Amino acid sequence: MRKITIEPVTRVEGHGKVTIMQDDKGNITQTRLHIVEFRGFERFIQGRPYWEAAVVVQRLCGICPVSHHLAAAKAMDVVVGAGAGDGLTPTGEKMRRLMHYGQIFQSHVLHFFHLASPDLLFGIDADPAIRNVLGLAVTPEFTDIAVQAVMMRKYGQEIIKATAGKKIHGTGAIPGGINKHLTQEEKEQFLNGPDPMNIDKMIEWAHAGLDLLKGFHKANRAIIDDFAFHESSHLSLVRKDGALDLYHGVLRAVDTNGNRILDDVDYQDYLTYIDEEVRSWSYMKFPYLRSIGKKDGWYRVGPLARMNTCDFIDSPLAQKEFELFRAYTGGKVNNHTMHQHWARLIEILHSAEEMKRLLNDPDLYSGELTTSGARQSEGVGLIEAPRGTLFHHYRVGEDDLIEMANLIVSTTNNNEPMNVAVNKVAVAQMTGQREITEPMMNAVEVAIRAYDPCLSCATHALGRMPLEVTIVDQDNNVIDRKLR
Amino acid sequence: MSNTIKITIDGVAVETTRGKTIFEAARENGIFIPTLCNVDNVKPKGSCRICSVYISGRLMTACTTQVEDGMEIENDTAKLNDMRKAIVELLFVEGNHFCPGCERSGSCELQALGYRFLMMVPRFSFLFQTRDIEATNPKLMKDNNRCIMCKRCIRGIKDEDGKSFFAFARRGHKVVINLDRKQAAKLTDDLARQAMEICPVGALILKGKGFDVPIGRRKYDTKPIGSDVEAKGGNC
Ligand code: SF4
Ligand code: FES
Repeated sequence: MRKITIEPVTRVEGHGKVTIMQDDKGNITQTRLHIVEFRGFERFIQGRPYWEAAVVVQRLCGICPVSHHLAAAKAMDVVVGAGAGDGLTPTGEKMRRLMHYGQIFQSHVLHFFHLASPDLLFGIDADPAIRNVLGLAVTPEFTDIAVQAVMMRKYGQEIIKATAGKKIHGTGAIPGGINKHLTQEEKEQFLNGPDPMNIDKMIEWAHAGLDLLKGFHKANRAIIDDFAFHESSHLSLVRKDGALDLYHGVLRAVDTNGNRILDDVDYQDYLTYIDEEVRSWSYMKFPYLRSIGKKDGWYRVGPLARMNTCDFIDSPLAQKEFELFRAYTGGKVNNHTMHQHWARLIEILHSAEEMKRLLNDPDLYSGELTTSGARQSEGVGLIEAPRGTLFHHYRVGEDDLIEMANLIVSTTNNNEPMNVAVNKVAVAQMTGQREITEPMMNAVEVAIRAYDPCLSCATHALGRMPLEVTIVDQDNNVIDRKLR
Repeated sequence: MSNTIKITIDGVAVETTRGKTIFEAARENGIFIPTLCNVDNVKPKGSCRICSVYISGRLMTACTTQVEDGMEIENDTAKLNDMRKAIVELLFVEGNHFCPGCERSGSCELQALGYRFLMMVPRFSFLFQTRDIEATNPKLMKDNNRCIMCKRCIRGIKDEDGKSFFAFARRGHKVVINLDRKQAAKLTDDLARQAMEICPVGALILKGKGFDVPIGRRKYDTKPIGSDVEAKGGNC
């Protein structure tokens, strides 16, 4: 028996480690993905006043802090009696939506263009020195894409700055609403700014990104369709009428056959439907649907899941792409793990369309900022973060201090699916293989990265995941260790 | 005897009037002297020492010392500014000042002075003291993690009889400043707001209304501390 360990040593977003066990015949007997992160914040925020939560807890992430900022603010909306999600003033809700779609846009762009597209354009076994966004920039045929990636991300970040006050870790969303309006100058800038920093260019480029992926897909069906394919359930928020809605909605889950196993659930009651299992070998919990049980109740969240749960997209260009996406699997649930990227690109397009619609809405520029009602002792805030459904749950004492916090982050929701994906890849790539090659390790990473877990950003930005590979026999004797 | 007198601050001759403190004389002449425990309309106490200046080689607090004719004052020197910076740094390591989560960030005098004196890395080790939050009052919260013991609240927030709403509790290094329990019931909304405003840091926080001033409109976002005084320039 040999144990192979792939350990990316990462910085802020926590670190992950993959161990793959092989028996003497070369069969994969077990794979595990360990991720260490997050839980500290549930403790830090205890004893702090409730209005600090949205500002403090977002600090657990530097890539999509807006999601945490908004999920916490939504939970605190409930606490201040402003209701869940749809109880805010039009200005409050729409400013937050704009912030969120700006965030989805920049985060998805970062993920697809900066982190994932080099794998696709250069191939996952290409030299890491070139397989990164800088590699794109210096390769003449991809230079435009690299420039687009940078400008699109910037556009999204400017939206965040205009709504939250800062590009990273702003303070815009406060319990019961928002603390500012958008100005007319900002409106003009975002809608009609000089090329390329205007919304029509963003929509055009979002489309171009989709074409890029679809072209690649046509030429490389095997990678996009078969790589890390596995069946699963899918969960997300959807708007009451079934539309894709990344800011607010009701919980819906479908199983691999498309049956709705959760529908129209008010997320204030999430604990009735969802539980988390602790496993001794991982710091990260494993959420599952109570009705189905620990073994089979796990689900995927994120762009692919959202394409599977929603009925339609309420913006014309993205809806067209959604129809193509659904038609590819004949309307059935899509379990192609690498279609996460396709789904992500559809969401980039939808976000751009949503931003345009919102920017043209007069409520952004005037109107009441906040509202409140009867004070409550508990609140749950859910949001569709770029990486999937994010849960924030707080209990607040009469003295206004937070007594309890529970967070289920997107990466935690995808814990089991990532483990399953890693297993599929390991079995496919490493069965009977004694030599652990760079491309094989990359394949494992690509499978993880399809879920865009928080650890991926910190490790892949410069193209090469710092790795320590250890092979041990069943008595834990190190046979070989590789560092890169 | 004329009330107008002449002094020099860092070698620059300025005119002022008898009875003023050095801090006041400097301010009206467009010269910034940092303060923390001192606040307008409250009798100066001279406890934080950040306004220290040299007068004929002696260290004196500018907020309590009155000007005298011919006084030669050293203020904006490397040595004094390093001492002032050290005071700011010591206050930071003594308490638990997590600016990222504090709603006074951007309008906090301590933070603003940290920026002014280019506080970049910790020079002193953090004490990591366990401090509590007093949050039983429905209007006002007291976060002892952030209190720098300047006593501005004690000296400035009083009822009609001149009795303070804030008082010391506990002793020695455990001493804290709290809302006086007996007085607390009399705290009006207006007084609570004044208390939050008089506090130089985020130790006194009005309840239920956090972060309503957006980034960009906070006190020091566009005007760093001292810049308003310095913008006026000298009148000599
Ligand atoms: S609460 Fe504020 S004003 Fe009162 S002593 Fe502490 S820091 Fe000074
Ligand atoms: S401001 Fe003068 S001693 Fe504090």
